Amino acid sequence: MLISLDDRLSFEKSKPGRRAVSLPKGRFSDGDSLRSIPKGLLRQTSIGFPELSEPDIVRHFINLSRKNFSVDTHFYPLGSCTMKYNPKVNEWAARQEKFTALHPLQSDATVQGMLQILWELEEGLKEISGMDRFTLQPAAGAHGELTGMMLVRAYHAAHGGPTRTKVLVPDSSHGTNPASAALFGYHVVEIKSNSHGCVDLEDLKQHLDEHVACLMLTNPNTLGLFEKNILEITKLVHQHGGLLYYDGANLNPLLGIARPGDMGFDIIHINLHKTFSTPHGGGGPGAGPVGVKKHLIPFLPGPLVEQTKKGYAWASHSSQSIGRVKLFHGNVGVMIRAYAYLKTLGKEGLRKVSEAAILNANYMKEMLKDTFRVATQGPCMHEFVLSLKSFAAQGVHAGDVGKRLLDFGFHAPTVHFPLVVPEALMIEPTETEARETLDLFIEAMKEIAREIVTDPEKVKTAPHTLPVRRPNDVLAARKPILSYRDQVREKVLLAEAAA
Amino acid sequence: MDFPENLRYTKTHEWIAVQGTKAKVGVTEYAQKEISDVVFVELPKMGQVVQQAKMAAVVESVKAAFDIYAPVSGKITNANKALESNPALINQSPYAEGWIFELELSSPAELGTLMTAAQYHEAVQQAPKH
Repeated sequence: MLISLDDRLSFEKSKPGRRAVSLPKGRFSDGDSLRSIPKGLLRQTSIGFPELSEPDIVRHFINLSRKNFSVDTHFYPLGSCTMKYNPKVNEWAARQEKFTALHPLQSDATVQGMLQILWELEEGLKEISGMDRFTLQPAAGAHGELTGMMLVRAYHAAHGGPTRTKVLVPDSSHGTNPASAALFGYHVVEIKSNSHGCVDLEDLKQHLDEHVACLMLTNPNTLGLFEKNILEITKLVHQHGGLLYYDGANLNPLLGIARPGDMGFDIIHINLHKTFSTPHGGGGPGAGPVGVKKHLIPFLPGPLVEQTKKGYAWASHSSQSIGRVKLFHGNVGVMIRAYAYLKTLGKEGLRKVSEAAILNANYMKEMLKDTFRVATQGPCMHEFVLSLKSFAAQGVHAGDVGKRLLDFGFHAPTVHFPLVVPEALMIEPTETEARETLDLFIEAMKEIAREIVTDPEKVKTAPHTLPVRRPNDVLAARKPILSYRDQVREKVLLAEAAA
Repeated sequence: MDFPENLRYTKTHEWIAVQGTKAKVGVTEYAQKEISDVVFVELPKMGQVVQQAKMAAVVESVKAAFDIYAPVSGKITNANKALESNPALINQSPYAEGWIFELELSSPAELGTLMTAAQYHEAVQQAPKH
């Protein structure tokens, strides 16, 4: 068998006694060095790690990594996730020893450069979003949402008035919005979309009362449409004493064009791992800075960086603060990358990012609209949704098309979301893709549409070219195998059952 | 699709089988098909007081999580523990082995608000097809 196709686990490749490193004989296994450690603290059994040579390990992981779909290897039009290319200069910047060797407890005087970056990043985010201050602590978008909900409660608690228990979300919202609100104890109320896919103002009015704490919204929304009534929506919620939370997942088409702060939002999170090109997926890690308007600054988590006459300094948080939401100062390495991105592009460059993201999405939508049904009418923003409902007769689902695209060398778009569109396929090309790439994808989609008619089985059984084809997700959920130990146990059970 | 005559039904696709002051609750054949393969069930706690049309349990499939509402108000007297190790019972046998919980009725008059098999059949026919 080709070594590169050997998909056994490292545990299964293990051979007793094989080592990647040779340690001096006797010095570590049973020598003097162990004598000083109390017996009770010494491991009595083998650690159970796989035993492999260095080439074994290197080939194992390199070959695994070659099976990966990533923005460095493939076009990745995963709607609502903004899987743009991550410039390597950002990686170079974040890996400078002058950053990596810092300790978060160092005194302010010794980390002036680092503090300046955090300060300037915050200034940039403020200018882009129209908010008055940011905490950089939250580690991801959903973490930002939870932080936002804590701010909402702290704000209402400080201002007295009626008990506010409801958080409103549109039925097309990201699942994390209702989840974050519910996790924090709010009662989630769904607002209907109108026939254009935007918030239904009449339905919103019916749910507005003195118990509304907040309305959470993405704009553009999950269908890739700008909420035309946004000013009226924010006005209505404010009139009832509620706050407005902006989920920044879809900020990519707005840079230098429109600002959530000007739309009337009180709290916003920004996904640095989406709009600001820091690594996304596979643990990122992400960063979800939360920005607020003036009236909410006292409640922000702290400490925040302040600019003083003596330079930059961490200022401890106010007595009304909700407290820390993350150890130290959040994922600082991610912030350095985002800062590098801001500085590389500048104001004009950022606006071009959004314009190209919108243009790419509209180009694809126009090229595909005669083959697939587009869920919305008119131009879209940075993403669009197709419905595959018309292929129901062939028994082909959106997920099948996603799987078939893998055979053509494309990562699947987001499938079966948003839930308001049956058989949804949500496509977000981002600005970093060339027209040639978009054309290849469009051709693949048209080819798949032809296959659905001529050979639907080919689509239903895809992918045909990947080492793993159709994992049984029901079995995986009912009987998850989460470790090598689980797998061994499963094999023993199977053998016993067979015997 | 099978909707037994002896049961009463809700708009949210639960069935209820009344026996004296107690009743068993589950989801209908239509619901189990829509939910698809069930992978996890969150059962109500013994003694928990539930209200008509309010959430009493959660059924999860690979697709999504679905709230299960109490068809009538009452106090939980039993829950189907077999679902914890074998949630697929809801798909295999929605009206028998796949029952979810049992409750002691607190307002039997509420039963009058529920649908008969024929009425439920009608309602399902009109439901939008996905």
